[in-house]
Amino acid sequence: MTLTAISSNLLYTAFIAYLIATFVFGGAVKGNKKGTFDSEQRWGKAAIAITIFGFLANLGYFFTRWTVSGHAPLSNMFEFTTAFGMTLVGGFILIYFLYKTAVLGMVVLPVALLIIAYASMFPKEISPLIPALQTNWLTIHVSTVVIAEGILAISAAAGLIYLLKVVDLTKKSKQRFWLETILYTLVLVLGFIISSSYFALTNYEANFQYVNKDGQEASVTYNMPPVFGMNESVPATEETLTPFMETPPLIDARKLTTITWSLLVGTVLYVLIRVVTRRWISQLLQPMMRNVSTQLMDEINYRAVIIGFPLFTLGALVFAMIWAQITWSRFWGWDPKEVWALITWLFYAAYLHLRLGKGWQGEKSAWLGVIGFAIIMFNLIVVNLIIAGLHSYA
Amino acid sequence: MEKTQCKCGYVNPPGTNLCETCGRSLTEKEQNKLLADMRYEGVARRSQTYNKSIIDKVWNFFSSVKVGVGLIVVILIAAAIGTILPQHMYVPATGETAIKAYYSDVYGSIGRVYHFLGFHDMYSSVWFIVLVGMLAISLIIASLDRFVPLYRSLKSQRVLRHPSFMNKQRIYGQGPGADDTLHKAEAKLKELKYKVRMDKNGLLAEKGRFSRWGPYVNHIGLIIFLSGVMLRMIPGFYVDETLWLREGETRAIPEAPGYSLENLKFKVETYNGEGEDARFSEAIDRVGTVVKNYQTDVVLYQQPEGSLPGATENLEFVKEYPLRVNQPLKFDGYAMYQMDYKLDELKTMTFALTDQQTEESLGELTIDLINPDERYELKNGSTVELLGYYPNFSGFENGEPQTASPLPDNPGFLVEMTTPTTPKGETSFITIQNTIEPFGDNQYKLTFQSAETRNVSGLTVRKDRTLPILGLGGFIFMIGVAQGMYFNHRRFWLQQTDNGDILLAGHTNKNWYSLKKDLDQVSEYALLPAFTDQQEDMEKEGKPQS
Repeated sequence: MTLTAISSNLLYTAFIAYLIATFVFGGAVKGNKKGTFDSEQRWGKAAIAITIFGFLANLGYFFTRWTVSGHAPLSNMFEFTTAFGMTLVGGFILIYFLYKTAVLGMVVLPVALLIIAYASMFPKEISPLIPALQTNWLTIHVSTVVIAEGILAISAAAGLIYLLKVVDLTKKSKQRFWLETILYTLVLVLGFIISSSYFALTNYEANFQYVNKDGQEASVTYNMPPVFGMNESVPATEETLTPFMETPPLIDARKLTTITWSLLVGTVLYVLIRVVTRRWISQLLQPMMRNVSTQLMDEINYRAVIIGFPLFTLGALVFAMIWAQITWSRFWGWDPKEVWALITWLFYAAYLHLRLGKGWQGEKSAWLGVIGFAIIMFNLIVVNLIIAGLHSYA
Repeated sequence: MEKTQCKCGYVNPPGTNLCETCGRSLTEKEQNKLLADMRYEGVARRSQTYNKSIIDKVWNFFSSVKVGVGLIVVILIAAAIGTILPQHMYVPATGETAIKAYYSDVYGSIGRVYHFLGFHDMYSSVWFIVLVGMLAISLIIASLDRFVPLYRSLKSQRVLRHPSFMNKQRIYGQGPGADDTLHKAEAKLKELKYKVRMDKNGLLAEKGRFSRWGPYVNHIGLIIFLSGVMLRMIPGFYVDETLWLREGETRAIPEAPGYSLENLKFKVETYNGEGEDARFSEAIDRVGTVVKNYQTDVVLYQQPEGSLPGATENLEFVKEYPLRVNQPLKFDGYAMYQMDYKLDELKTMTFALTDQQTEESLGELTIDLINPDERYELKNGSTVELLGYYPNFSGFENGEPQTASPLPDNPGFLVEMTTPTTPKGETSFITIQNTIEPFGDNQYKLTFQSAETRNVSGLTVRKDRTLPILGLGGFIFMIGVAQGMYFNHRRFWLQQTDNGDILLAGHTNKNWYSLKKDLDQVSEYALLPAFTDQQEDMEKEGKPQS
C-alpha cells in the first residue's frame, strides 16, 4: 500500500471511529436516565477511548499526507475542512478531560462527521503549492487558525446543548423556530453530502458551452443534473437534461444547481424525519438533555471562547498579517477572507464584552456561541466558494 | 458632589460605592445589596458620578461598554456589506468613471446602488474611518474611566476590612478558630504562591493582581496599532510604488533615491508532473497547469555618494538576488516584491526595405521599440526616417495616428523611405497587420522580417516604517489578552475577632472553581471555618442575583 493510500485509509478509520463514538456517547447520555452515574462513566470511558483512537488515526492521516505532499495538508478546501473536523474533535477531547461531559460528544462528533464528509466532496488529490503558498507561514498561519476555530466551535456545541435544554418547545416562539432552523441546516449539509455522493458514484457528467460575464465563450462540466443553465448555454454532450432555467451571466448556475439539489435532498430528508417521528428534530433531542447542567454548558461555552479567541487573534490576524506582508507586500488589503476574519474577531470581542454585563450569560451567550460558529462556517464556505478573492480555492 | 467620609475616617472620592480602605458600603443602594458589586472594587468612576457638562456627557457616552459593543457591531456589519461585491481596488477598471461603469455593467442595478452608496470604497469612506476612530476613543475613555480608580483602590487597599464587607463577599465563612489559625493560614497561602500581608488581627492574601490590568494592556496595544496605521499618512513613513522592469533594463527605483535595479531575466516555471512532482500528477491533470515559481533575477545598484540624483552612470554593485514570491529583496528599509509580469513583450522589430515589384532588398533595419532611432542608413545611401512612432497604436483621430499607452503592444511606424531611385522619399504607415500608403502607391515598402521579445517583470516597491509600531501594538495586545484571560486575581481576607472567631471571605475576578480549591487546601491545613458560595446558594433558592 502506498503512503497516499495509507493516509486516506486512516481518514476512513477516523471517520468510522467518530461514527461509532457518537452512538456510544449517546448510550452514555441515555444510560444516565436511570440516575446511575456509574453507567455514564462506563459508557463515557468507552466512548472517549474510541474518540481518541479516531483522533489518532485522524492525526495519522494528517501527518502521512504531509509526508507525501511535502507541505502541511492545509492548502485547499478538502485539506482545510478535514483539518477543521479534526481540530473540532481535538478541542472536544480537551474539554472532555476538563469537564467529563458525554452529551458534548454526542453533539460535537456528528458535526465533525458532517464537516469531514463535506470536505470529501471537494477534490482530494494531493496538489502542488502555488508560489504564494510556498512558505512555512502556510503551516503556522493556517494551523493556528484551524485549531482556534475547532475550539471556538466547541463553544457553539455547548451553546446548542444549552438551547436544546432550555428552549420551551411546547410553545410557539422565535427561539423554537431558530433552534429548529439550526438543526434543519445541519440536515441540509447532509443533503449536500448525499446528493454529491450519489451523483459521484453514478459518474454523472454533463458538459455545456456558455458565454461568461466578460462575454467570452467558456465551457462547464456539471456533476449533477443541471437544474439551472449557464448564460446562453448549449449542451456539449448528448442526452443531457435540458436546464429548467437559464441564469444571468453573473450567477454561477452550476453552483446554484448544486445548492438546489442539496436543498431538495436535505428538505426531503427533513420532512421524512418529521413525518416518521411526528416530532421536530429539537423535540427528538430534548429528552437527551434532561440531565445536562446548564451552568456547566455556559461555562464550557465561555471557556472555549477564552481559549479560542487569543489563538484566533494570533492565527487569523497576527500571523496572517505577517504572511500577507511577505507575500503580497501589504499586511492588510481588505480581501473578503481578511474582512471575514476581522468580522469573526470583532464578533467574539463583542461576545467577551457583552458577558461582562449582567443578563448576557446563559441563554444569550448560548445563542452568541452558535452565531459565532455560523460566521466561521460562512467564512469557510460562502467566502471561499461564492465571494471571489485572493483566498478562493477549490 | 462632595467627597464621602466613611465611618472608618477615610475620605473617599465622590461617587464611591465601597470605602476604598475598609470596604463599608457607602450608598444606600449598595447597603441593600446582599452581595457587594466587586467588579471595579466599588470605586468611584467618573462616568457614574458626573453627568452635567457636555464633557461629562461625551465622557459617559464613550466610557460605556454598551456603546463600545454597539460600535463593534456597526463596524462588523459595515465590513460585511463591503464584501457583498468586490471593492474598487479588485475591479478590473481604473478611473472613477470606468469603475462606476463597471459596477453598473457587471452587477446591474444592484451594482449601481452599491456604487452610489459608496460601498465600493467602504473601508476608506469617511464614515467607516469615523466609526473606527470612535471605537478608538471608546477604547481610551472606557479604559481610563475604570483603570485609574481601580489602580488607586487596589494600591491602597487595607488588610483589615469591615465585617459588612466580608459578609457580602461571594465566598464567606465564619466560625471558631485557634490561636495559630492565622499563622498557619499564612504559611499555607504563601506555599500556594499568594502574597500575604498581616495587620493586627487580619490577613490579606492576594495573587495575580496583574491580571486585572489585562484589559487595559490589550486596549493600549490596540491603540498603538491604530496609531501606527494612522502614521502612514505622514510622508516618508510609507512607500507603495510599482516598477515595471524589462529584461536587460536598469531603472531607478521609484521613491528609493540612489538605488537602481537591473532585470537580468524573468521566468515562470510550472509543475510538470514528473520526477519530484509525480505525486501531484493527478491534480495537474485535473486543473491543467499549476505555477511553481515566478522569479526575476535582479541586480541592485547604488549611486556613488555625491552624484546627481537620477544619474545612471558609475553605479556601484550592491547585490544580485533571485527575487521570488515570498522572498522579497530587502535593502535600506525597502522591500521589493515579485507581484506581476508580462511575457513576450516586443523588444525589436526587423524590417527589410524591398522593391514591391522585384522584391529586391536594399537592406534590413532593426527598430528598438523602446528607444527607436530617428534615421536608419541602408545600402547604397538608402535611408529610412522614422517620422512618427506609436507604441500602442489605437487608430486615427483627425487623420493623426494615436497611441493608447507607451507600451509596445501594437507598434505603428510612420516612415519616410528614400532610395537612389526615389530620392524624394515615399511615406508609409506600418502596423503589424498592414501597411498604409497615404500619398499614393509606393515603389518600396518595409517588409517585416522578425521580432525579438522579452519578459517584463512587475515589481512592487514598499517601505513601511510603521511596521515596528504595528508589531509592538499587536504584541502588547496579545500580552494583555493572555494576562487578562489566562490569569486571575484571587484574594482572601481573614480576620480573628476578639472572641477568637474567624471571619473569612474570598473573591476572584473569574474561575471561582479554582479559588475554592485553593481555599479548601488552606482550610484543611489551618482548620478554617466552613465557607459557602453565597451566590450559588442564592441561585439554588431562586433569589435574584445581587
